[in-house]
Parts: sequence; C-alpha cells; structure tokens
Amino acid sequence: MPATTSRTATVTLPADEQILITREFDAPRHLVYKAWTTPDLVKRWWHANRGTATICEIDLRVGGTWRYVMVTDDGFEVAFHGEYREIVPDERIVSTEIYEGMPDAEAVNTVTFTEAGGRTTLTILGQHASKEHRDAHIASGMEAGLQDALGLLEQVASSLR
Amino acid sequence: MPGMARAATTADAFNAVAEPRRRQILDLLAGGERPVNDLVAVLGMSQPQVSKHLRVLREVGAVDVREEGRQRLYRVDGRALKPIHDWVKDYERSWTERFERLDVVLEELEQEEESDAGDDQPHSDGDASRG
Repeated sequence: MPATTSRTATVTLPADEQILITREFDAPRHLVYKAWTTPDLVKRWWHANRGTATICEIDLRVGGTWRYVMVTDDGFEVAFHGEYREIVPDERIVSTEIYEGMPDAEAVNTVTFTEAGGRTTLTILGQHASKEHRDAHIASGMEAGLQDALGLLEQVASSLR
Repeated sequence: MPGMARAATTADAFNAVAEPRRRQILDLLAGGERPVNDLVAVLGMSQPQVSKHLRVLREVGAVDVREEGRQRLYRVDGRALKPIHDWVKDYERSWTERFERLDVVLEELEQEEESDAGDDQPHSDGDASRG
C-alpha cells in the first residue's frame, strides 16, 4: 500500500501573525492552478459546502483585483476581496485579502503550487498585520456557525482592550 | 498578586499557546500531572524559564496547579483550551471541505485534458505521446 495522503487540510499557526494551510492533491499543478484561478471553477469549491458562491471575480494580473462572495445557508453574505501582487503561473500567487466584515484588516496571502510525482502540494501562507487580525480571520472562516463566529469575534475584540 | 500588569501579548489563551515552548509544556502535561522539576528536566530549560511559561499558562486558565507536600503539581485544564481547539478545527474543517470539492473539480479537469489529448490526435500513429 502506498502511504495514505491525508485528505485533511493542515492548519498551523507558525507565528502570531500567520496562518499556514497545506494540502496535497492528486493532480498535476497546472490543473490545481487552473482550478484555483478560473472563476467558474472557484465557484464550485470555494464555498466549502457552507453556502453558495454568488460572485467570483478574478483579474489575474499584478495590480488586478479579485472578489469572492458567498451567501451562507442561513442567509449571511460573506465577502472577501484583494489585489494581486505577484503572479508566477503554475507556481505562486501573492495577493492581498480583506474580509469585508472587517475591512481594516488586510492580509497578504502567498499561495504556492509544488509538484512531485504528479501530485501537487498547495500551501497558503496568510500574513496578517497583527495577531488580533489573524484571529479574527480564523473566526471569519466559520461561516457555518456564524453565531459562534460572532461570539469569537467578540471575544477577540474584547481581548484587544 | 504578582503578574497583574502582564504584557498584553499573553493576555488570552490563543496567545498563550502560540508560543512553541508553552505548547510543548501543554503536550507534556496532557500526559498527566507533573511537578516543575520534571518539566525542567524534560525540556532542558532553566526553572525560571519554565516557571514563567507556566505562569502565563495559568493566567489564561490553560493549566491548573495544586500543592502536594512541598511540590507544586501542574496539569492541563482542558476547558480553557477547548475553544482554541474548536476554533482552529472549524477553520481547518472548512478548508478540508473546500479542498474536497476542489478534488472533484480536478478530477474533471484531468478527464477533460485526457479526452482533449485524444481529440487532438484522432489518427494516432501509435507514438503520439511524445511530440
């Protein structure tokens, strides 16, 4: 039996202001890159089964912008947008990201695609301006239980005092 | 009480466990109650360093201490850590689900690519895979 690849996204917090997400895919990297950068394809996976992706705009060039919007099953709209800073096709994308529910908190995401033996390792390193912003971002990922997320945001906000 | 004016960076449980040494301490204590000296020996750190980390962990409720004779025994308090665990786990779960959907998209792209390659060379000469 070959080593089983974990189908779980690995999330670690390597530094106070960072989030690192890693996952391996059973596909060559040009396809992972394509699925990552083609609006109609992104719409199919980005919602993470927690709602419907309603808007997915990608202007894939340095200085170009992106915007993803999803409506959760309980009717909340969750939107993110940003700007592309660096693009190396099939290899690397650096872009900013702003969660529109917290517009002051801009993060910089570096996505890398590395292929080995026909499999692709994807990493997303999110660099946030502060630990509080990073924590709030993690809370924003909890679209399913938005109440919980709001509770946590409140917790994070009160820890800022 | 000493430590009341602690630095803001260690004021919450999320911060407390962001420090790798403190996570290491928590891992050790997760295996059962231990005295400080034990942690000092395993971690190879000085007692003041270990005590400092333990104080931060205690301040956020991540560890508990009790006196037994002349020893102070430390243990993990899971209640303080559960929100952190749940919090990151849920984030992780949302990415896991996202990536599972991405797997489906990728499988389709691979199939399309294969059938496109087939369409490009309807009259295969038997050695078409290399240009």
